[in-house]
Amino acid sequence: MKKNTEVKKYKNSFLNWIEYRLPIISYLEREYGDYPMPKNANYFWSFGAMLTIILVVMIFSGIFLAMYYTPHVDMAFESTERIMRDVSFGWLIRYIHSNGASFFFIVVYLHMVRSIYYGSFKYPRELNWLFGVTIYLLMMVTAFLGYTLPWGQMSYWAATVITNLFSAIPLVGESIKIWLLGDYTVGNATLNRFFALHYVLPFVILGIVALHVAAVHVHGSNNPSGVEVKTPKDTVKFFPYMLIKDTLAFSVFGIIISAVIFFGPNLMAEVDNYIPADPMVTPAHIVPNWYLAPFYAILRAVPDKLGGVVLMFGSILVLFFLPWLDKSKIKSCSYRPVYKWMTILFFADFFILGYVGLKPAVGTYLLMARVGVIYYFLYFLVLAPLVPKFEKTSQLPDSISDVYGAK
Amino acid sequence: MMNKLLFTLFALIIINSSLQAEELKAEKLKKQDWSFEGITGTFDRASIQRGFKVYREVCAVCHSMNLLYYRDLIDIGFSPDQIKVIASEYTVIDGPNDEGEMFERPARPSDRFVDPYRNDVEARLSNNGAYPPDLSLITKSRKGGADYLYNLLTGYAETEEGSDIGEGMYYNLYMPGNQIAMPQPLYDESVEYDDGTPNNLNQLSYDLTNFLVWAAEPELEERKRIGIMAILFFVVFGVFSFFLKLRLWKKVS
Repeated sequence: MKKNTEVKKYKNSFLNWIEYRLPIISYLEREYGDYPMPKNANYFWSFGAMLTIILVVMIFSGIFLAMYYTPHVDMAFESTERIMRDVSFGWLIRYIHSNGASFFFIVVYLHMVRSIYYGSFKYPRELNWLFGVTIYLLMMVTAFLGYTLPWGQMSYWAATVITNLFSAIPLVGESIKIWLLGDYTVGNATLNRFFALHYVLPFVILGIVALHVAAVHVHGSNNPSGVEVKTPKDTVKFFPYMLIKDTLAFSVFGIIISAVIFFGPNLMAEVDNYIPADPMVTPAHIVPNWYLAPFYAILRAVPDKLGGVVLMFGSILVLFFLPWLDKSKIKSCSYRPVYKWMTILFFADFFILGYVGLKPAVGTYLLMARVGVIYYFLYFLVLAPLVPKFEKTSQLPDSISDVYGAK
Repeated sequence: MMNKLLFTLFALIIINSSLQAEELKAEKLKKQDWSFEGITGTFDRASIQRGFKVYREVCAVCHSMNLLYYRDLIDIGFSPDQIKVIASEYTVIDGPNDEGEMFERPARPSDRFVDPYRNDVEARLSNNGAYPPDLSLITKSRKGGADYLYNLLTGYAETEEGSDIGEGMYYNLYMPGNQIAMPQPLYDESVEYDDGTPNNLNQLSYDLTNFLVWAAEPELEERKRIGIMAILFFVVFGVFSFFLKLRLWKKVS
């Protein structure tokens, strides 16, 4: 317990009143005012703050949508259209929410690219990486659930395909599937529980985000050189130096997302989802939302259903082990001339998997998916642990100030 | 920096318009000039009103538009009185009344567009087993949107030699697979126009498509108007942040 004498004094008596009872003012000052950021952090370090803002926007727009949405198989599609047509600015809220989901993933992927390339997941930030992958996993679940809610053709069929995956599990698969659906097929019970879960999971994400942010503030942020902060000279205060960079980055993000929301709001949507769900008519090809497409490609890359499911879950699970798979002590790929290109190739590979995941699994697409899957696992299970043994790394700088001054 | 931003913005808009016309295994779509396209696009209300006439006299015989209300017509320039008259030409089943009976009454502006059939089964029965899709969202639920629809309406042709067309199906250049269950709906002079606009097939199809785009995206004009303001806001905000950033970071060494 803190002694009263340690309580910081503020000029404002209201702040003092709060601070005395809950030292949140000094906490905010320490973590968001004076918080030292490595001064060489580039714009890749703005995505964390951006993601927090997107999460809040998604939660708020979602709450407003839920006020008008009806989770019933006969009314879901119509209530969604009612939001688009009759609710004041309903179209804006829905387009913010649907495109916001896509941009949430774009930014989260950039955030992860940053972490993998610059080795932010390594000692002493492994726990942080685990929180992050958990958030990513929950985001995928939440986004999938949200995709089913408008109850269009793609909603219905994506729900059918994804829940069917569980029936591939030997012995208990079929029972698990029925337990998840609440019925023998995707129906009203399914839609209701999907809505309930889609509403609650974002708050779980919010909680883990709080842990994620708190954890990064313990040892401070990583930086492009991967060399830890040594003296206060290596850092700048969060306020105003990082805040202004984050604000600038957010403005650019605002321009791009506005261009999409207002001028191409269905750019990242499937046209079939504007047709009401019809269990009697299967769409020509069932595609997930683009941000889940890489995993869909992995699923379909093997001819065996159970094998596909195992690989798909494995591809997400392997992410959790990255801090222990990558044996190199050097964080940043900038000083790892060989591994750097393998990492960049991995990013390209993930992108290609996403592309083929949206295409029918035949011919060249299937071949690309298979090569893609092989490299995906090769990267994590072979290259990450073994390359450090052979790689001749470049000389690390002595301190952040050295790199920063050299620019 | 700003050049890059503007470039990204325009690139997105261009990508948007090119994606709209992607990937139809049938004939490549012939692009039309639509007034609603582009950053400052607006609806051509005269054309939409004519298109509504085409819908009422031709399409509505088989196709429902059950996401629309008669009151929505105020958006395309009909007066409340005109809408009352239009609605009253249709009959809806209401009730039960005080005697517990269902009864028929003329439609009101607050009613949805009346369906041509009582149910799906009747719709299929009357159309050789094919269900005429609801047209409320048709331009949003088909790849190619407005251009696809226009080309489809004008794309009927004699069955090509060697192509295998099913019983009761029709040949259309733009339908994926070239088979469509709907017989050619519009011909030159199918619908009389009151305002002297030539009523050839191309014009009828153009007007109808305009109407259907409005029906699917009634918010389009407002969306684009707010969009310009939103982007301008972020641009101005971004410019200020950019200069403030330069100023603050000058001191960091």
